[in-house]
Amino acid sequence: MTFMKKTLASSIAIAAATALVATSAQAEISDGEVRIGYLADMSGTYRDLAGPGGLEALRMAIEDVGGEVAGAPIEVFSADDRNSADVGANTVREWIDTRNVDLVAGLVASSVVIAATRVIAENDGLGIVSGAAASSITDEHCTPNHIHWVYDTYPLANGTARAIVEQGGDSWFMLTADYAFGHALEGDVTSVVEESGGEVIGRVRHPFPTDDFSSYILQAQSSGAGIIGLANAGADTVNAINTASQFGVVEAGQQLAGLLVFLNDVHAMGLETTQGLLLTTGWYWDMDDESREWAERYYERVGRMPTMVQAGIYSSTLHYLNTVDEQGTDDPEIIRAAMAEKPVEDFFSRNGYIREDGRMVHDMYLARVKTPEESSGEWDLYEILATIPAEEAYRPLSESQCHLVQN
Amino acid sequence: MATTQTLTPAMERQRRANLRRNAFYLALIAIGLVAPLVAYPVFLMKVLCFALFACAFNLLLGYAGLLSFGHAAFLATGGYVTGYLLSSHPGLTPELGILTGTAAAVLLGVAFGALAIRRQGIYFAMVTLALAQLMFFFYIQAPFTGGEDGLHGVPRGHLFGVISLRSNLAMYYFVFAIFLFGFAIVQRAVHSPFGQVLKAIRENEPRAISLGYNVDAYKLLAFVISAGLAGLAGSTKTVVFQLASLTDAHWHMSGEVILMTLLGGVGTLFGPIVGAGLVVSLQHMLAQSPLGNWVNVILGLIFVICVLSFRSGIVGEAMKMYRKNFK
Amino acid sequence: MTMIFGVPLAVFMGQLLLGLINGAFYALLSLGLAVIFGLLKIVNFAHGAMYMLGAFATLLGMRYLGINYWAALLLAPLFVGLLGMVIERLLLRRIGHLDHLYGLLLTFGLALIFEGSLVNFFGVSGARYPTPDALQGGYQLGFMFLPIYRAWVLLAALVVCLGTWFIIERTRLGAYLRAGTENPALMQSFGVNVPLLITLTYGFGVALAAFAGVLAAPLYPVSPTMGSNLLIVVFAVVVIGGMGSILGAILTGLGMGLIEGLTKVYYPEAANTVIFLVMILVLMLRPAGLFGKEA
Repeated sequence: MTFMKKTLASSIAIAAATALVATSAQAEISDGEVRIGYLADMSGTYRDLAGPGGLEALRMAIEDVGGEVAGAPIEVFSADDRNSADVGANTVREWIDTRNVDLVAGLVASSVVIAATRVIAENDGLGIVSGAAASSITDEHCTPNHIHWVYDTYPLANGTARAIVEQGGDSWFMLTADYAFGHALEGDVTSVVEESGGEVIGRVRHPFPTDDFSSYILQAQSSGAGIIGLANAGADTVNAINTASQFGVVEAGQQLAGLLVFLNDVHAMGLETTQGLLLTTGWYWDMDDESREWAERYYERVGRMPTMVQAGIYSSTLHYLNTVDEQGTDDPEIIRAAMAEKPVEDFFSRNGYIREDGRMVHDMYLARVKTPEESSGEWDLYEILATIPAEEAYRPLSESQCHLVQN
Repeated sequence: MATTQTLTPAMERQRRANLRRNAFYLALIAIGLVAPLVAYPVFLMKVLCFALFACAFNLLLGYAGLLSFGHAAFLATGGYVTGYLLSSHPGLTPELGILTGTAAAVLLGVAFGALAIRRQGIYFAMVTLALAQLMFFFYIQAPFTGGEDGLHGVPRGHLFGVISLRSNLAMYYFVFAIFLFGFAIVQRAVHSPFGQVLKAIRENEPRAISLGYNVDAYKLLAFVISAGLAGLAGSTKTVVFQLASLTDAHWHMSGEVILMTLLGGVGTLFGPIVGAGLVVSLQHMLAQSPLGNWVNVILGLIFVICVLSFRSGIVGEAMKMYRKNFK
Repeated sequence: MTMIFGVPLAVFMGQLLLGLINGAFYALLSLGLAVIFGLLKIVNFAHGAMYMLGAFATLLGMRYLGINYWAALLLAPLFVGLLGMVIERLLLRRIGHLDHLYGLLLTFGLALIFEGSLVNFFGVSGARYPTPDALQGGYQLGFMFLPIYRAWVLLAALVVCLGTWFIIERTRLGAYLRAGTENPALMQSFGVNVPLLITLTYGFGVALAAFAGVLAAPLYPVSPTMGSNLLIVVFAVVVIGGMGSILGAILTGLGMGLIEGLTKVYYPEAANTVIFLVMILVLMLRPAGLFGKEA
């Protein structure tokens, strides 16, 4: 893993300084073990997105560093948050109180993440968020104790919505899941659409999760908007797309824009339903040799191709473990600082680095779902159309409301 | 006591029984005081909060014979009001926040009670369920609750503005004090003339009416006390966990408290506490084991078994056995 | 465009129609609850689970036994009805002599068991059941595009509801049922096998729920929790209609669907709440419900 050794000259000095702090504080590996808690939806809507597959990706990262760092073994706990903020926050609290967990990984549904990161921050722990979408996690909800790794609503809006407006889809109706993530995505999409000269002419918010989309689809149909933007995720998106097809939305000339569509969703719905859908992704398994190589390894263990979240869990865990190894401590503050001193460059992340607000920015990709004729296999689903450079993809720090950013 | 020599045998028996009871209470309090040194305090606090919730529920079901299927509404109301006040007014002390949350639950109890006690039996259960559901949708929509996201980052603050509750141990003793206070209210209510009238209503409502009791007023008061204590439990829980969420308002929560009471023993003072302890421990142990997904199945099985053949609950059955063998 | 209180006519009509279709589900489910309540005096908390089992039987029947939709329409309610009869015989009968609240608690426990077990095997995210070929496509009604399948749901539900009403009000079997509701002891002494009547009634009631489940399978994701949230709304419908009233359950079900649809036009956020508001109103004015007799 040569890229891990490519430490920038400028950061060496700072890394040395932090190492000095480390020795002066006599920091070492607490309890003689690096303890990682994996918190994710293991049974619900987001199971296929992160779930047990994400835990497997995390274990792969641990195996790839030889099962121990800085001479200390690594232990993993896992729990199902059942997409409940209540359960998630209490689990994290207990992990920190009774097991002295050093890192909380996974972290999927935005509502769970906002609750859990509060607990992590209050107890001076460290969390890496891989699954959640809300850009507010590193904006108004930022803390010095967590990093947001894979994607957020800002690049989703910035990539997909901008591309659609540029293709002429300039009147939008938003179908929004009524919680933190949905609101964030709706807000980000609205500003991008308006910036690029389009207009959002209506919106409706639906409870999370919703089974019956018929009434919302009817409202979207009668709005007369050209584009129906789906600011929801997982089963809700799938249901909305299916209901829309029952009501003949596309035949009547309206177009659906799935703003957060994951590989597993496309796989579940099939290319017949989803072909031509534009989407923004943080990573795709078939985008280059390095990615394919890791994805094949993952496929052998899990039997499915990894989503960007599962790949991100591997990438972030490896970055964390390597940093612990170099620093010889698992002290959250030192590790958080040291992780940001190194660029994040691996099969998952290109031109990546961690900003002071906790956002790991990296190149994002605009993709199109292939037609059944174009696809050569079960998992051959996307065609990458363009790369959105890291610097442009994410919300610029100048617009940040995070209290850690000096504006 | 200076007058012991004049005791009749009956009074002597009564005195012994009182002594035994007091010793029993003292032993339990002692266990409660030592427990956090042995077990994880946050877990114990959860048990205490739910035990108080179940005691409140039991006051209504066990002593007034009214099955409420909407008690989650009071738990959630206490939690949300306290949580909102404490996070939006950083200077507010936790005891005032909890007091306000409890007061809100009392008010809600008056409104719901006035509507619900007009009906009996199954109708009463359905009405309370529907009213609680109304509150659930209100809490989803109301901006101050954070909807699906919940209300996070409620500060534990300083008790009376002096004692920091940041440490779990300090928090525990505060919660324990609240629990004892709530339990004492239930205990007093049950053993007072008020409690006797409630039991009379439960056994035979027309007779209670013909004896000249204002049955509706008694039922309403029982309902309000129960709602207030459930609110107290919810408020306290919010301060402990520093969050309030829809889980507390969901009708599954109303079902859970029924299960706790049924399992421990309906109409016994300690039954709800035992039941709450068992259910919370069960959920806690199963959550992080491979059986995690079977929690609901196991709870369902317990429900069925309790209803079919264990209707007095653990404490109820134990008392039956005690009476049979020792009296 | 014609406007009704500031809303385009098309939207107004469309939401009403969708509301009516939802109302058809409410009617089927509350009808089953009313039938069961009438004779057994039990509030069947497992009713949502039976609806869910009907949908699952349809889905699994297709997957593993190759049973098509039309056969499932008959077989799934039959299967669930038999299951219901077993439950009645083995469990509910044993607590028949107790306070009827125990029946509510027992069925609540059963609902938890059924839902929880299926969650373990199928997760909660829900599976898709394809719309049967004969019911693909839709009608352009002018004010909206109505998928044929939804029109079929409305029709089928109405036929079954009215058929049930006819059997209960106009046939000898129905007469037994009504008499059994009034005075079971007297019926027994007339030589009617009341225990058997109870078993059959419970089976029939849950079969109605399962029938609704089959109708729902191609519309909504088939998931273990699909029944539990619907059930609470249906409870409110039953309370509004008056518990145990057959016609009350049907009419209130449809009516509440319409009111819900109307709410979605003007204030969508309150759509879930409006039924409970109606319920409180009704309880204040007519505590026994719109069609119920004072208990």
